[in-house]
Amino acid sequence: SLFFSPSRSKSSVEAAPAVMAAEDNDEELSSLEDENVISASEDEEGSEDERKHTKLLEAISSLGGRRRMKQTERSEASLQVSEFSVAADGAGEKVELSDLLGTMEKTPGAPNKTKKQLKNLQNRKDTLELPLSKQETEKVFIIIIIYVPTKPNNLSFQVILPLFREDEKRGEKLARTPLEQEIFSLLHSNSQPIHDPVLTPVEEASIKAMSLEEAKIRRAELQKARALQSYYEAKARRESKIKSKLYHRVQKKAKRRDFLKQFEEMVKTDPDAALEELKRMELSRMQERMTLKHQNSGKWAKAKAIMAKYDHSARKAMQEQLEINKDLTQKLAVPSEDEDEEKNGDEEAGALPDFVNDPEPILDPVNPWMRGKLSKEEPEPEVEASTEARDEDLEVQQQQEEEEEEENEEEKLLREFERKRKLREDEDDDLVPVSAEDGSKITDNNDEDKDDKVDEDDKDEEEEEEEEEEAEEVVSEFNSLFNRLMKSNTTPAVPDQNEGEELLDEGLVRVQTMEDLEALRKDRTNEANQEASVPATDTPTAPESASEPPNKKKRRRKEIDLKKVLTKQATVVKVPLAPTVLEEEEEEEVHTEQAAIIKEAFAGDDVISDFLKDKRKQEEAGRPKVVDLTLPGWGEWGGLGLKPSKNKRRKFRKKVAPPPPRQDKKLPAVIISEKRDASVAAHQVSQLPFPFQNPTQFESCVRTPIGQTWNTQTTVRKLTAPRVVTKMGAIIEPMSREDLVPKQKSNEAKRGAAILLEEKRERGKKKGSGGKRALQQKKKKMQKQKKTKE
Amino acid sequence: MLSGRRRKGYPAEVEKKTCTTKMAESSEVAVERKHVENKKKAPKRYWEETQNATKKVEAEKSSDESKQENTDKEKGKLTHDEWRKKKKERTHGKFISGKTDPFPGDAPIPEERMKKFQRGNKLEVPAGTRLKLRETLTRSEAGSDLAQNQSARYDLLLTEDAGFLEGEEDEDTCTISQEDIAEAVDITSGSKYFNLHLTQFGPYRLDYSRTGRHLLLGGRRGHVTCIEWQTKNLMCEINVMETVQDIKWLHSEAMFAVAQKKWLHIYDSSGVELHCIKKFNDVLRMQFLPYHFLLATASATGFLQYLDVSVGKEVAAIPTRCGRLDVMAQNPYNAVIHLGHPNGTVTLWSPNQKEPLVKMLCHRGGVRSLTVDKTGTYMVTSGLDRKLKVYDIRAFKPLHSFFLPAGASCLSLSQRGLLSAATGDIVQVYRDACGGAPVTKPYMAHRVRGTVWGVGFCPFEDVLGVGHAEGFTSMIVPGSGEPNFDALDMNPYRSTKQRQEWEVKALLEKVQPELISLDPGMLGKVDNATFEQKHKERVEAVGYDPLAHKKFKPRMRKRGRSSAGSVEKRKNKVAHEDQRDVIRKTVGERMEKEKKRKESAKVQLKGGELSVLDRFKKVG
Repeated sequence: SLFFSPSRSKSSVEAAPAVMAAEDNDEELSSLEDENVISASEDEEGSEDERKHTKLLEAISSLGGRRRMKQTERSEASLQVSEFSVAADGAGEKVELSDLLGTMEKTPGAPNKTKKQLKNLQNRKDTLELPLSKQETEKVFIIIIIYVPTKPNNLSFQVILPLFREDEKRGEKLARTPLEQEIFSLLHSNSQPIHDPVLTPVEEASIKAMSLEEAKIRRAELQKARALQSYYEAKARRESKIKSKLYHRVQKKAKRRDFLKQFEEMVKTDPDAALEELKRMELSRMQERMTLKHQNSGKWAKAKAIMAKYDHSARKAMQEQLEINKDLTQKLAVPSEDEDEEKNGDEEAGALPDFVNDPEPILDPVNPWMRGKLSKEEPEPEVEASTEARDEDLEVQQQQEEEEEEENEEEKLLREFERKRKLREDEDDDLVPVSAEDGSKITDNNDEDKDDKVDEDDKDEEEEEEEEEEAEEVVSEFNSLFNRLMKSNTTPAVPDQNEGEELLDEGLVRVQTMEDLEALRKDRTNEANQEASVPATDTPTAPESASEPPNKKKRRRKEIDLKKVLTKQATVVKVPLAPTVLEEEEEEEVHTEQAAIIKEAFAGDDVISDFLKDKRKQEEAGRPKVVDLTLPGWGEWGGLGLKPSKNKRRKFRKKVAPPPPRQDKKLPAVIISEKRDASVAAHQVSQLPFPFQNPTQFESCVRTPIGQTWNTQTTVRKLTAPRVVTKMGAIIEPMSREDLVPKQKSNEAKRGAAILLEEKRERGKKKGSGGKRALQQKKKKMQKQKKTKE
Repeated sequence: MLSGRRRKGYPAEVEKKTCTTKMAESSEVAVERKHVENKKKAPKRYWEETQNATKKVEAEKSSDESKQENTDKEKGKLTHDEWRKKKKERTHGKFISGKTDPFPGDAPIPEERMKKFQRGNKLEVPAGTRLKLRETLTRSEAGSDLAQNQSARYDLLLTEDAGFLEGEEDEDTCTISQEDIAEAVDITSGSKYFNLHLTQFGPYRLDYSRTGRHLLLGGRRGHVTCIEWQTKNLMCEINVMETVQDIKWLHSEAMFAVAQKKWLHIYDSSGVELHCIKKFNDVLRMQFLPYHFLLATASATGFLQYLDVSVGKEVAAIPTRCGRLDVMAQNPYNAVIHLGHPNGTVTLWSPNQKEPLVKMLCHRGGVRSLTVDKTGTYMVTSGLDRKLKVYDIRAFKPLHSFFLPAGASCLSLSQRGLLSAATGDIVQVYRDACGGAPVTKPYMAHRVRGTVWGVGFCPFEDVLGVGHAEGFTSMIVPGSGEPNFDALDMNPYRSTKQRQEWEVKALLEKVQPELISLDPGMLGKVDNATFEQKHKERVEAVGYDPLAHKKFKPRMRKRGRSSAGSVEKRKNKVAHEDQRDVIRKTVGERMEKEKKRKESAKVQLKGGELSVLDRFKKVG
């Protein structure tokens, strides 16, 4: 059996026993046998014989040696050679089910039912399906749990998924010794779920006491549950195979919605889990912020970006990605309870985004040149921000202290436990009541539970309410904590800023509203103007409206009366047609109502001041800006706290010529756009044509239209009459042969004026002969006649 | 060109009872209600002229003619000079016979009429101008003079006068009811007062076609109908089954636009929907600019859009950023669109600018309605502050301000400058509200059945159309319409063929939208923008700077001569070329100065007493 190699063909295998027989005999014998073998395998080639021979030799040599177990060497893979060096009868063939089941028919003891089943199995050709993923199975399980019918019977096998409800009772019963009690209390305090599979004797008894019917029922239920599970698994599998993106999108959305709903419920019912969810969300947010996911920076997004120009769907997809990113990176909006915060929120509602206040990034903090500014403003210490920051700091500190206290409490508890254990070691049978808060809570709970046992119905509702309240408390706690954390994250930036301010020696003005921003700009420009010592051009500016707060800086504005803006006293028009009484009443009511509505609507905003503001803005936009080209430190000492000298600034300030006065300078209630209309310019004459010396000459020449639409017929004819009229001249015929004949020419030349007289005669003569010639001559004569006449 | 002359004013029977005895006799029956009359006497007809005068004239004429014949006969024999002399004599009122022409020369034209046709100011050709220029200027001046004269002379052909309403001594014209007027005037004029009771489909907006023959009504609840209102011939009637915000005729009565709930639709006169323009959504008001073939729409989304009707293209879409635009008017003089806003401002827009040409504060409350005069002189606005204001839109200055107790919801100005204002269910008409002294009471007033939703004067007719909640009312307002029409421009009596011809001509004369600006005469002015500005605009239009200095790029050379080093060298040769020029120039100048200084110093030295040792003095 040692030589039994898988490389043998059937014939060689048949020869194997012979070889084994030859082991004991001589070499000759063996050779003989070998020949026999050869004869047996006639169809094989000589090379194979050689191989066999070597193998035989090897086998013989290995008999005495240690390496008995050496396997045969595989030189070449073939059909007969199994990769795994497993020899099998009928190698290369699969083991088929039919072969295995073939024995079934032969065995008489097998029941018919199993036979049938096996036959069915035989007929089935599909492979087993892969098991579902963990999450999916869990889901299915949960669903099934929900679908399992329950029974009111106490003894029934109700499957209650979180087992810890009973655990508490059980734990209480189990915890007899103080150690056990302590352990349980500790477990409770850490709210660890107790998955103890151990059944109470009562339960065991109840199981034992189960009747056959109940067992059957239970089995049926279980079967049903299993069937349901399989159904759901199949369904899940089917759904996972669906390729439609839209379907999945819809599914996803629905899931999200469900999740939100569940989450809301969870917040009420199970605050811990909700907290965990929140944490997970926060984690995902962090991850999203860390990574570049959904930023449209990936390969796919780039490809889409190229497509986006032409493909609407691609654009949409990109948009969605960005939205996802936005959603994920969004801070969790938690309703705050603090009044201060609300106030802040109110303030911020109308305020500008915070980045307005951010100082410009200093590229090189070491380099003092980069810190300098061309024109510095007087520092205005910002008190509010710092005080706020201080408050926030205080809060954070308190918070931290609280946290530390909590931690200390826990440590204390542990320490106490240790101490008590030691004590217990000393005096075994001492029951020490748990002094910690949590412990007391647990006992309370236990008490409650006991009470529940006494009268469940009454207290259930109350408990639920309490639980809800507790949950709410927890959530709110979480929220406040979260907020504080957020604050602590943000607050450290403020003192840094202050430091920066100190370094810069400049005040930062907190700009909160658009008005402030404008004021700031105005101040700057005003300063610039003052410094430039340019005679300030009077700007038609308007007074601040009464609605504006008085504490603001007074700006240079000219007073404008309302009368000027909306001039003219209205003359009352009497309407003779008095509307009918009923209608009048109605109308009057309507009018009074309307007036009230209008008053309400326009109470806040002053139309006139708005308009004036708008006008001022336009004027400012139209005014050219002064360009300051001063370089600090160029030609003089520069550095921190050194301003370029006034002289220098004056020198390098480029003055721009004031623009021509605005068209609406004298019209307070009108804004006329000063923008040039380039579209008409394309059709206008831009270069003066030749004879004209100035535009007015040209314009006066062009002012009268010459078309039919604007003029009478005669005028049009006269205005559009051509300057040179060309008239049709005399027709000069080309020369003919006859013209070149010298005789006639001489004749005619001689005759000259006598032609007229001879005309009649000639006509008479040449009527019969060549008509052409006669005609030509006639023409010539006519021409000559004309000439003579002229 | 006045092919179809229309009788304007009201027939003689309806004259004032105190006028002439003859008139009184004939109109005794209707004495009580005769309020309509002609302001001026009827134009003189040649047969009405006094006998003597005609005879005289005829006699003169005959004598003239005979002489003319004679002269014609003699003309062949006269030399050119003589003939000219004769003519001169004749024009100076002297005839061969010795008689003098009592009306020498051309008939004089009254100065007022001349002023009416004046275009711009005359240019005095200054002495010392070049011959060529002088020639051109004088010729053009002569041409414009001729045009002015001819136009003024032909103004004689505009024979019709506008009528007006005059009450008795202590009777207000505004108390005269429409029924009275309708009874007093002739049957055809009387039939112009009528009511259409259309109670089902809500308040109506209306629009008359430019010829004044066709009326378009649009009920808010989808009822759209066009009527040949004088013959009461219904052209089409449909219900679009949607809210109708506004309706407008396009260039002819063959097509009209309807601003429906969502989009702008265009129908033909038989009610077939031709287009649904989805680019124009939520349109609230429309205006049609006839000479530009532009349909301007104002939408609830704050967009002002222009649709070129001739080619069907959107010319401009301007986001006004002024909120809902439900007050709109056009200035017929310069095709500028006026928009009224809830903050009391009125903005003026052209399709060429993304910002308003002019923004003016008119009311303390929102603007409810506005309208502009035909000549582009006056703008009338009414606001939520219940005031009615008249502005001189050329100077943007307020002229009058009236306080209407109820406030005007709809305004409209007629061709002759009558102003109609709707307050609730009463329509008031004011005369001389714009130009003259402030008015204290309306010229006419009429109560309609429901709240007024739209008013509009009918062109070339003394009719005011009022669309209201209970239908439509056509009111007679004597003196509102232009009595004389230009048949080449708008002919109320045109046939289909004429209309087609006109359409072609109008399309050929279409004014491009780029020419819309506050001053319609901009085209005839020289554009004196600076080179810089023009260049800037050009860069903006082209997208790059065609005059930009190109960066020097050394030519590729072979055999290793294009190595990096040599390329750099070559670059350095031309580097800072412009700066070098400047430096060279300044240095040159300085050198010259120096030279001059030296020379002058030398001269000074030489000028003084020269000593032998001067040769050792340093110069400069």
